[in-house]
Amino acid sequence: MLGKLDWSAIPFDQPIPLIAGAVVLVAILAVLVWVVVKGHLPYLWHEWITSVDHKRIGVMYILLASVMLLRGGSDAIMMRIQQAIAYQSQGYLPPEHYNQIFSAHGTIMIFFVAMPFVIGLMNLIVPLQLGVRDVAFPTLNSVGFWLTATGALLVNLSLVIGEFARTGWLAFPPLSELSYSPGVGVDYYAWSLEISGVGTLVAGINLVTTVLKLRTRGMNYLRMPMFCWTTLASNLLIVAAFPILTATLAMLLLDRYLGFHFFTNEAGGNVMMFMNLIWAWGHPEVYILVLPAFGIFSEVVSTFSGKALFGYRSMVLATMAICVISFMVWLHHFFTMGAGPDVNAIFGIASMIIAIPTGVKIYNWLFTMYGGRIRFETPMLWSVGFMVTFIIGGLTGVLVAVPPADFMLHNSMFLVAHFHNVIIGGVLFGAFAGFEYWFPKAFGFRLEERWGKAAFWFTFTGFYVTFIPLYIAGMLGMTRRMQHYDVAAWRPWMLVAAVGMAILTIGVICQILQLVVSIRNREALRDRTGDPWDGRSLEWATASPPPVFNFAFDPDVRGEDAYWDIKIHARQQSLEHEEREYHDIEMPRNSPTGFVCAFFASIMGFALIWHIWWMVILGGIGAFATFVVFAWRDHDEYVITAAEVARIDRINLEERRSLVSMAGAT
Amino acid sequence: MVGEWWRSANAVPPNMHGSVAPEKSVCTRKGLLLRRNRPQTTAFAAGAFFALRSPRGFPIASGLPMNLLDPQGPVAAANSTILVDSVFIMLAIVVPTIIAILAFAFWFRASNPRARFQPDFVYSGRVEMVVWAIPALTVILLGGVAWIGSHQLDPAAPVPGTGSPVRIQAVSLDWKWLFIYPDQRIATVNMLTVPAGAELNFQLTSSSVMNTFFIPQLGSMIYTMNGMVTKLNLRADNEGKLQGLSAHFSGDGFPDMMFDVNVISPLAFPDWVATTAKTDAVLNEDSYKKLMQQGVEKGRPTYRLDDPRLFDLIATQHVPPGPGPELLSEAGRSQSGGHDAR
Repeated sequence: MLGKLDWSAIPFDQPIPLIAGAVVLVAILAVLVWVVVKGHLPYLWHEWITSVDHKRIGVMYILLASVMLLRGGSDAIMMRIQQAIAYQSQGYLPPEHYNQIFSAHGTIMIFFVAMPFVIGLMNLIVPLQLGVRDVAFPTLNSVGFWLTATGALLVNLSLVIGEFARTGWLAFPPLSELSYSPGVGVDYYAWSLEISGVGTLVAGINLVTTVLKLRTRGMNYLRMPMFCWTTLASNLLIVAAFPILTATLAMLLLDRYLGFHFFTNEAGGNVMMFMNLIWAWGHPEVYILVLPAFGIFSEVVSTFSGKALFGYRSMVLATMAICVISFMVWLHHFFTMGAGPDVNAIFGIASMIIAIPTGVKIYNWLFTMYGGRIRFETPMLWSVGFMVTFIIGGLTGVLVAVPPADFMLHNSMFLVAHFHNVIIGGVLFGAFAGFEYWFPKAFGFRLEERWGKAAFWFTFTGFYVTFIPLYIAGMLGMTRRMQHYDVAAWRPWMLVAAVGMAILTIGVICQILQLVVSIRNREALRDRTGDPWDGRSLEWATASPPPVFNFAFDPDVRGEDAYWDIKIHARQQSLEHEEREYHDIEMPRNSPTGFVCAFFASIMGFALIWHIWWMVILGGIGAFATFVVFAWRDHDEYVITAAEVARIDRINLEERRSLVSMAGAT
Repeated sequence: MVGEWWRSANAVPPNMHGSVAPEKSVCTRKGLLLRRNRPQTTAFAAGAFFALRSPRGFPIASGLPMNLLDPQGPVAAANSTILVDSVFIMLAIVVPTIIAILAFAFWFRASNPRARFQPDFVYSGRVEMVVWAIPALTVILLGGVAWIGSHQLDPAAPVPGTGSPVRIQAVSLDWKWLFIYPDQRIATVNMLTVPAGAELNFQLTSSSVMNTFFIPQLGSMIYTMNGMVTKLNLRADNEGKLQGLSAHFSGDGFPDMMFDVNVISPLAFPDWVATTAKTDAVLNEDSYKKLMQQGVEKGRPTYRLDDPRLFDLIATQHVPPGPGPELLSEAGRSQSGGHDAR
C-alpha cells in the first residue's frame, strides 16, 4: 500500500533533523493558522498563489530562495562546526548525517537558492525593462515557479521522512547507484531535481521568448539594458543545458528503478559518461547563475555612478561570448581522470578563454565608475565588494584551469574556497545587490540603508574570514567532504573558518533585521515617484509597485538608457504625456493551473521516491488533467477599463512631475 | 625484476638475484618552468630532477605533511612551480586592477568636489583595446603554461629515476587502499612503502566506487574507477614519512582513507620487502573479497601475494565489484550507519 514507506523512515533516533523538522513544521502551521484566522487566505489565493503576474511570481521566487537560503545556510553552519571540532574525533555529526548535510547544502544552494533568486529577479524586472506588460507565457511562468517549489518541498521533506542523498550534490555513480546507495536519499535528490528542472526549463523558454519577441516600440537589441542581455544569454543556456541534466538524472533513475546499466559498474555501464554529461550541464549552470548577476552589477554600477554603462557593445559581445564558450569547457571538472595531455590542455585553455570576456566586464565596470559621481548606497557597496572579491575568485579559477595545478588542487578545500568565492562573491552579492536595488520597485518603499550596510560589511568580512582559511587548508592538502580528520595542520584553519561563518551569520541576521525594520518604517521609506535611485532604464518609468499592467502606454524607446532619455527630454521640453488618451488594457487572467499542477507533481514525486505506485498514477493523471482543463479554458484575459488605467496612471504621473520639476531646478 | 632498482652509481648493495641491471640512461625533462637544482638529491640520481625554486619553506607552513608548497618529488615540485608561477602571472594584473577599483570608487565618490564628472565618457576605442588586450595577453601566456605543463606533467608520462622502476598496483576499496607490489609478490593496506629516488609506476583501479589517489607532496592525483585502469608515475626524492589520501568522496568511511607513505632508502627497501614477504597473511581472491567489504581499516595489514595477476582480475572485473552496504557484517553496520534500510 505505501511502498517502502513505514515508521522506520522517521529518524526518531536522530534529534537534530527531528527537532529542525518540528520547528519548521510548527512555523509553517503558525503561519497557516495566522493566515486563516486573519482571513488572508482569499487574498493569498487570488493575489499570489494563482497569480500569473510576472512581478508577483518574481517576488515568490525570491521569497522561496530566501527561505531556502536559511535552510542551506543552516547546513553550512553545521558543517563548519563539525569540521572545527572533528579533529581526532567524530565531532557531533555521524558520517551518514554529515554526508547528507553537505549533499543537501550544495543541492539547495544551487537549485533552490541561487536559481530561484536570479530567475525571480529576471521575472520581476526584465518585462519592465523591456517596456512590456507581461512575459510571453504568463501561466507557464506560474507553472515553472510552482514546480520549482515542489522540488524544494521534496528536498525539505527528506529531512524528516527518510533521508537525503549522501553522495555529494552531483550524485556521482557508482556511489549513487542502488548497490552503493540503497536508501531513498538519491531518489529524493533525483526526483526533486527532475521536477524542479522542468520548472526551470519552462522559465528559461519563457524568458528567452520574452526577450526575443516582446519588446516595446524602439527597443531594438542594442538598446536593451545590460540585464536583459544577460537574461537572454543565461536563459539560452538554461534551454540548452537543463535538458542534459534531466536526461542524465533520468538515466540514473532508470538504473536505480528498472535495473538499467547506464552508469553501473557492471554490464558495460560507464561512470565517465555520467561525469561528462553532468558537467556538460554543470558548467553552463554556473554561467546561468553568474550572467544575470553580471547584468545586475551593470545596472547598479551605471545607475549609482550617474553614467551610462561604459563600452555597452563590448559588454554585449562579452556576454554572448561567455554564453557560447561556457558550453565548451566542461571537461576541466575532471582533468584528473587521465584523459591525456592534449584533451586536458585544450579544455584548460578553453576555460581560460572565458576569463577574457569576464575580465573585460570588470574593466568596463571600472571605467563606468571613472568620471562618475558615485553614490555608495547599499546596492553599490555590494557591487564594489563583488568586483574585488570576484577577481580573486577568477584568479583561483584560472589557476585550477591549468591542468598541472589542478592535479594538486582538484577536489581540495582550495577548490571549495574557489567556487564559493565566485558563487558568493558573484551570484549571491549580485542577488543581494539586485534585492536592495529593486526592492523599492517591487514594494513601493526602500530598505533601511543602515542595516543594509551593516549586512554588507558583515557578509563581506565574514566571507573572507571563512574562505581564505579554506584556501590555505587546500594548500595543506585538505580535501573536501571530510567528516573528521587527524591532521593537526588543518585544525587552526577550520577554527578560523568557523569564526568566519559566525560573522557571515551576523550578516544574514542584519539582512533579516533590515527587512523587518523597513517594513515597520515603510511609510517613512515610501517611494512615491517610482524612481528612488535616479534610474536609467524603463522599470523606473512606472510606479512603485508597478500597476498590474506595468505601463499605461507602451513606452517609446529612442536610445540606450531609455528612461534617462525620457527624463532628459522631459526637463528640456516641459512634460511629456500632457493629456493622452487612455485605452482599455487586456491582461491575462489568474490561473490555479501552476499550483494545482505542482500539487499533483509533489504527490507524484513523493510516491515515486517511496515506490507507492497507485499514488504515482494518481499524481500523474492529476497533473495531466490540470493541463487539459487549462487547455480547454474559454476566457484567458480580462479588461482593465481606460478610466481605471487613467486613474492609476495619473496618481504616479503627478508625483513624477514634481520630481522632474525639482530635478530640473537643481 | 625484483631488486634492480638499487643499482646506481653510488649505491651498490648485494645483488639478490645475481642479475646485472643495465645502467639506466636517465633523461632529463627540461621545461619552460621546470628547473633542476636540488643538491641533496642530485647525488642520488644525477641530473634527473626538476626542483622547485621559490616555494620551498613557504612562510605559511613548511615541513607540514601534505603541504603542496613543500614538494618531496619532481612531479609535485613541477606542479607547485606551475601553481605558484601562474598565481604570480595573474597577480601582476589582478593587484593593479583591484587597486584601480578601490581608487576609482574612492576618488569618484559623489562627495568629492575635486573629481571631474564626465557623464559622456562611455566609450573609448583605446580603452576598449586595452581592456580586451590585457586579459587576452595574460591568457595567451597562461595558455602556453597550460599546454606545455599538461604535456610534461601528464600523469602517465615517465618520471625517470634511479635504477629500475617499482611497479605498484593500487586498488581503492571501501574504505581503504590496497597496494599490490606484483614484482615483489607482496601487498599492503593503507601503507605505501617506496624507495627514494626510483620511478614509481602506479596502475590504479577501484573495487567499487570512484576514489582519487593523491599523495600531496609527491604531486598529481588521479581517479580510480572500477573496470578501468589509470596510470600515474611519481617519484619520491627524500626519505621520510608522507601522507596520502583519497580526494574523491566515496561514502561513509571516506575520511579514513588516509594512508601512510614511507619513503625509505633504496638500501632498506629489499629488507622491507623480505620482511613483508614473511608475513602469514596471504592475498588471493578469497582474502581480497573479504578485504573489499565495506569497513574502515585502522591497522596496517600486510600480505604475501598469491597470484601476481590479482590486479588484472580486479580491473577486468573477473573479481566482481565490491558489494556495497547489503553484505555488511554486524560490526560494519553500526559503523556505516544502519539507516540504509530506510
